[in-house]
Amino acid sequence: MSLQDSFLQIQDVRSWFPLRKTLFSNKQTQYVKAVDGVSLSLVKGEVLGLVGESGCGKTTLSRAIMQLIRPTSGKILLEGKDLTLLPEKELRAMRPNFQMIFQDPFASLNPRLTVFDTLSEAIRVRHKLRGDKLKDAVGQLMIKVGLSASQMNKYPHEFSGGQRQRIAIARALAPEPKLIIADEPVSALDVSIQSQVLNLLKDLIQSMGLTMIFISHDLSVVKYMADRIAVMYLGKIVELGDATEVITNPVHAYTQALISAIPTLDPKSERNRNRIVLQGDPPSPINPPKGCSFALRSWIPHSPKDAEIDGVFMEIKTGHFVEVHPATVENHRRYLPDSKFETQ
Amino acid sequence: MSLLQVENLATHFDTRQGTVRAVDGVSLSLKKGETLGIVGESGSGKSVTCYSLLRLIPEPPGKIVSGKAIFDGEDLLRMTKRDLNRVRARKISMIFQDPMTSLNPYMRIGAQLIEPLLIHKMCDKKQARERALEMMHAVGIPDSIKRYSMYPHEFSGGMRQRIMIAMALITKPELLIADEPTTALDVTVQAQILELIRKMQNELGMAVILITHDLGVISGFCDRVSVMYSGTVVESGTADDIFYRAHHAYTRGLKKSIPSTQEKGSKLYTIPGAPPQPIGPKPACAFAPRSDLNFSEEEARMEAKFLEVQPGHWVEVHPASVENYKEYLK
Repeated sequence: MSLQDSFLQIQDVRSWFPLRKTLFSNKQTQYVKAVDGVSLSLVKGEVLGLVGESGCGKTTLSRAIMQLIRPTSGKILLEGKDLTLLPEKELRAMRPNFQMIFQDPFASLNPRLTVFDTLSEAIRVRHKLRGDKLKDAVGQLMIKVGLSASQMNKYPHEFSGGQRQRIAIARALAPEPKLIIADEPVSALDVSIQSQVLNLLKDLIQSMGLTMIFISHDLSVVKYMADRIAVMYLGKIVELGDATEVITNPVHAYTQALISAIPTLDPKSERNRNRIVLQGDPPSPINPPKGCSFALRSWIPHSPKDAEIDGVFMEIKTGHFVEVHPATVENHRRYLPDSKFETQ
Repeated sequence: MSLLQVENLATHFDTRQGTVRAVDGVSLSLKKGETLGIVGESGSGKSVTCYSLLRLIPEPPGKIVSGKAIFDGEDLLRMTKRDLNRVRARKISMIFQDPMTSLNPYMRIGAQLIEPLLIHKMCDKKQARERALEMMHAVGIPDSIKRYSMYPHEFSGGMRQRIMIAMALITKPELLIADEPTTALDVTVQAQILELIRKMQNELGMAVILITHDLGVISGFCDRVSVMYSGTVVESGTADDIFYRAHHAYTRGLKKSIPSTQEKGSKLYTIPGAPPQPIGPKPACAFAPRSDLNFSEEEARMEAKFLEVQPGHWVEVHPASVENYKEYLK
């Protein structure tokens, strides 16, 4: 994939938040390194699944792409234009191109606006429509997401969770975006409703040719939705590759643990299953451990000295990238034959 | 001998819109040391069922309308408050869904942990502290002496849920009710917490009721499973019955709509519509409007029956919920 092909190009993005200094401390300012050097690129029409535990920086990354927070450093190129360099006014003109769907449909809709108010705003601004024509456009949008146009004058509280998420999806579609970031769009919904919304999203991606970053902690949902999967851990991408490849042949120890933690619907195999249970919690992103951030929780034996050396993010197979380190990849020597690591 | 026998429990709430039949005729039974899973979507009444057992329902607007809950030979629903307080936390403990909100932010972890022991006068303060430290170690909290005097906000979500488990188990109860204990947690932490509950169950020999909306959590963890829909149990049996031989259309639909069971690229199966509002008169079959089975209007009006279709496997049989229902409804 050459640079010209990529629709969205994220280059070494960092998002650090300074901690408040105490009055008399003369220590250096400390930072929460929520996103710490992420590079990704998406082709048009692609769905990238982004997975990871809470606190790993998924949401911060998506907000940085959306320019809801300006990243500390790095570039975000949408169709070749660097969003981080655009002044506020030009950015505003670009915003219709990238929209977001949030997790909680109970919190993300304004309770005082009717569905018509919520959806018409973007259409009115973009197409300068008024009156009946505007109503028609809103109605069509509602039908597109599986609602009926007659519900236009209702308020969000009159809808169920699944219907509200449909409204939120319609709102994201209203400005006719090219890129959508969906941040855990189904995790607040019940199982039977979840599949309805997933089907809708999949249909929309195909019919409208959308490019999407789909964030979730549920790997089985991501596997179903995404073409490629990126696994994030403590502000960094640790594994990236084709969805089926990452799920069936995970190489990074963290990805393996995540996949091992997915419960199945087969009681017999569940009872005899050897699950990789990770020890402890992820380390704090304030002073992340030196070297490999996963070393503390890994079950792969490695020397303390090795743990302090940085891993190498490398392509181990065409399109399959992994952060290779003695603590994260079992036979790391296969990929790092002449490295500085000791052998255990 | 069953440890807990719930018969025909009904809990209703009076609201401005009318009476909500949150739980409407639930029967459950649980043996010593057994694990029962209760699955259902939000609003199906699974939490209210368990809150009713310990009478944690705010009255009014809630009211336990009918039923029995025999625990150790005594009816929990008819006990005096005083007797009930002797059972609460000592014989039956509960873990709540959200570890962020169920700990008291003003109290040190240690003080919260030993509270049940002190209230039940099971030992003196010094012994209680020792027991608490022992429990913290058992649930995998490092540095227990230092953490004993810390506050909840200094703990991560997984750690807080561990504290909740330690607190629930410190009295060595006979029954643990866990209401969505892992829903607020990450998948990797979820695996840790489930392992922990299982380990403690083996050590203490207690029975567990696990409430969840996640069929995957249930499958490896529970001996028996009850599936709830709109305030009633629609199917109940061993884990194998539910996962390999499910009869009820809702149970089957629920299993089919999970993405991991689906071929990539294919359309996900969906149960049409949304769960009904449990207000107003009770329908003959609550699932009929969403069922994928063919049944006539006349059949839809038939009363559903809760039948034992195989030893230990109970199903609510109705033309809208079970194929070939005539085999069972003779």
